[in-house]
Amino acid sequence: MSEAPKPVLETCALRKAFGGITATDNVTFSLPPGARHALIGPNGAGKTTFVNLLSGVLPATSGEIYLNGVNVTNWSVRDRARAGLARTFQINQLYADLSPLETILIAINERENAATSWFRPLGSRSDLVDEAAALLAQLNLADAMHARVGSLAYGRQRLLEIAIALASKPQVLLLDEPAAGVPEGERDQVLDVVAALPADVSLILIEHDMDLVFRFAKTISVLVNGALFVEGTRDEIARDPRVRQVYLGEEEIAHG
Amino acid sequence: MLTILFDGVAYGMLLFVLAVGLCITLGLMNFINLAHGAFAMAGGYLTVVMMNRMGISFYWCLPAAFLFSAVLGVVLERVLYRRLYDKTHLDQVLFSIGLIFMAMAAVDYAMGASPQIVKLPPSLSGRVEILGAQVGIYHLFVIVICGLLTIGLQFVIAKTRFGSRLRASVDDGRVARGLGVNVTGIFALTFAVGSGLAGLGGALGAPILSMDPSFPLKYMIFFLIVISIGGTTTITGPFFASILLGVADVGGKYFVPEIGGFIIYTIMVAVLIFRPQGLFTRSAAR
Amino acid sequence: MIPDSPNKPAGWLLWRTRWRWYELAFWAAAASSFFIFPSKLMLISEIFILGLLAVSIDLTLGFAGLVTLGQGAFFGVGAYAAGLMAKYGAGTAPFSDPLLGLLVAGSVAGALGFVTSFLVLRGSDLTRLMVTLGVALIVEEIVTQAKDITGGSDGLQGVMSSPVLGVWSFDLYGRTAFWYALIVTFVCFWFCRRLVNSSFGLSLLAIKGNPLRARTIGMPVNTRLVAIYTIAATISGISGGLLTQTTQFASPDMVAFHRSADALLILVFGGSGFLYGGLIGAVVFRVMQDFIGNITPQYWLFWVGLVLVLLVLFVRGGIIGMLMALRERFSRKGEGS
Ligand SMILES: Nc1ncnc2c1ncn2[C@@H]1O[C@H](COP(=O)(O)OP(=O)(O)O)[C@@H](O)[C@H]1O
Ligand SMILES: [Mg+2]
Repeated sequence: MSEAPKPVLETCALRKAFGGITATDNVTFSLPPGARHALIGPNGAGKTTFVNLLSGVLPATSGEIYLNGVNVTNWSVRDRARAGLARTFQINQLYADLSPLETILIAINERENAATSWFRPLGSRSDLVDEAAALLAQLNLADAMHARVGSLAYGRQRLLEIAIALASKPQVLLLDEPAAGVPEGERDQVLDVVAALPADVSLILIEHDMDLVFRFAKTISVLVNGALFVEGTRDEIARDPRVRQVYLGEEEIAHG
Repeated sequence: MLTILFDGVAYGMLLFVLAVGLCITLGLMNFINLAHGAFAMAGGYLTVVMMNRMGISFYWCLPAAFLFSAVLGVVLERVLYRRLYDKTHLDQVLFSIGLIFMAMAAVDYAMGASPQIVKLPPSLSGRVEILGAQVGIYHLFVIVICGLLTIGLQFVIAKTRFGSRLRASVDDGRVARGLGVNVTGIFALTFAVGSGLAGLGGALGAPILSMDPSFPLKYMIFFLIVISIGGTTTITGPFFASILLGVADVGGKYFVPEIGGFIIYTIMVAVLIFRPQGLFTRSAAR
Repeated sequence: MIPDSPNKPAGWLLWRTRWRWYELAFWAAAASSFFIFPSKLMLISEIFILGLLAVSIDLTLGFAGLVTLGQGAFFGVGAYAAGLMAKYGAGTAPFSDPLLGLLVAGSVAGALGFVTSFLVLRGSDLTRLMVTLGVALIVEEIVTQAKDITGGSDGLQGVMSSPVLGVWSFDLYGRTAFWYALIVTFVCFWFCRRLVNSSFGLSLLAIKGNPLRARTIGMPVNTRLVAIYTIAATISGISGGLLTQTTQFASPDMVAFHRSADALLILVFGGSGFLYGGLIGAVVFRVMQDFIGNITPQYWLFWVGLVLVLLVLFVRGGIIGMLMALRERFSRKGEGS
């Protein structure tokens, strides 16, 4: 009993079809608490679609999703978020005209049920503002706290995208290519942030850079054409000849 | 009874000719030109001027109104509308309401605020009996002309090369552009034809709809209803929507005059609530 | 760094919401117009009222990003609600009390707003425009058709409000009307200002900016939109009630389409998303209307249209947006030299 902790997140025969394309094909998957799991696969494999299904951004065509053993398949995005599921987007979804501090406060207010306070000015809950400022400081964004988000460098916007997800203190965090497009020198910073997350948060990371994946993940799933191709520990995947052939091989060709 | 049905159908077909250009441009460029009625008004007032002041035959007014509004449309499209395609719907609405206001004031300035009367040529006035019902000859004339136009439009869209390009552009402008379709050119041409049809509709409507400066505002609402019911992805959708609207409006005003005005608005709101993509559409409008 | 700003982030956020000198100057100017233009008091009261209507639209459009073309419906419903209260309560003191009338006007309009808010949650901007317009047209139709209650197209005659607080009765010169409209407008504005500067207000901006993001943060987007739409409708209703009470008359003109269009224009003209845009827009709009209206009354519409067209083509953010761009340029020049 103690060996197999109850998974925090499970899917059962999950399928998503866009017209003729099956973007997620019969995926049955489970994520144990505290997981450091990487989801890899070539472009168009259906990774983002999978995250969209988990977070409720897209409705599933068939199959089920369980969060802490509860069937959340028909839950709204909002209810899943409230239940502890947070995500980042491959393409930044930020508020260009707000400041990072305000952006984080939006999330914290929501978590603390403080967002319905309509009379007291923003900032009257100094405990929440301090928490937001501390989170920004942790991500090296403290100096830009009051700047316009739209004026930040891309790498910093990427960090803010993660910070929003962290602000809701999630139990499960889905990171969709958090380092994509971030300049070489700043990528490590993104990964350090991810590595420093509390151990009890269960993580799914989508990433193309194999070095980062192997440094971060304890377990890995490979998605090909929407279906789970192989799953295993980091070492198993690293050794698996099929993965080399299908995924790593392709990547080498793409690079070459 | 049958008379009312006939009147309703005639009215609906007229609405279709008036509105179809707007539906296509909305579907094509996702651009909402509320000022579409101004082109109809241009055609209507051209008819008034040509007939009442110059004494030109009504039959000549129809093609003239088409050409006049089409040219007006293409000029405005190239000079002004073009700049608005990538703006928000709110901006487009504000802009076209601005144009409506200007058109209303301009017509008021030139022609006065009172409704203009257009006298039908003798060959079109009077009534005939069809299937036991008294039907105005002019209503019959409207049905025939609009019917021919509808068939012609349907033919152009379904069967010609231009039509297939138009359909491709409506379905997905970016893909069509990628395939080498000159979407901008198609749009200018469609805009011209759509405005021209509105002008023609205005001319046809001049004897039966009241032609006064508030025309574009009054009919803007009808156009919106046609769009909300018929959708913008086909022309059959707006066609049936127009007929439905025409019959409902004429019938409603005849049978239940007190609440006649509600019927159409209520239909519109109900459709928008229960089928936001339109009653006569298959795929969702973008 | 901004001078005086406390360095703690919470303090900074609080500091930003303080009343500024130019805000105080604005309201002081509004109040002093009583002494500067004693012959134009009715006009000025109407400016406050139109401004308040535009401010209520700003709540939905400028802060929550909901496009509406039918705010006139709530204005009109409020106008008639207050009018009916004043008319039928004429003899019996408590019913024709203006403040009670405003309360009823706001409640009725708010109730209509709450019910119709569910219609604007779905669909695109375009469907929202059409639904709100449709609702406004239905209300207009009801008002013109229900002749027995509303007086139909002749308007509601015999509106007689009791004196405000039982002391100040509405006079011919509009003195009471002026202070009454100013104070009610200010109180409502103050309420809106608190609202948009709160956590709730920030969450509205989040919805306007990116509803998907707001949902993934765990925000109940629809609930918030229903709330703000209802609040805005209530304030529109209050402004409608104010107009009836200060003019002692309600007409179908108050629910007409051009009411919604004017109010939207006023807001866009002044600049949406700043709250003050509606008020400033109303001043300019009404003063221009009065000025041009005296020369060529029927062509006023032409200039309104022209302004709208130019605004959309060339000016982002209306008057306030222009002022801010000017200040930006000015301060940059100052730094450069
Ligand atoms: N909204 C959508 N509509 C239609 N097809 C989509 C949509 N989103 C994704 N797809 C298709 O689904 C497949 C998987 O896409 P995606 O999940 O983005 O892949 P990945 O994130 O692994 O690169 C692709 O073929 C893509 O074209
Ligand atoms: Mg992806």
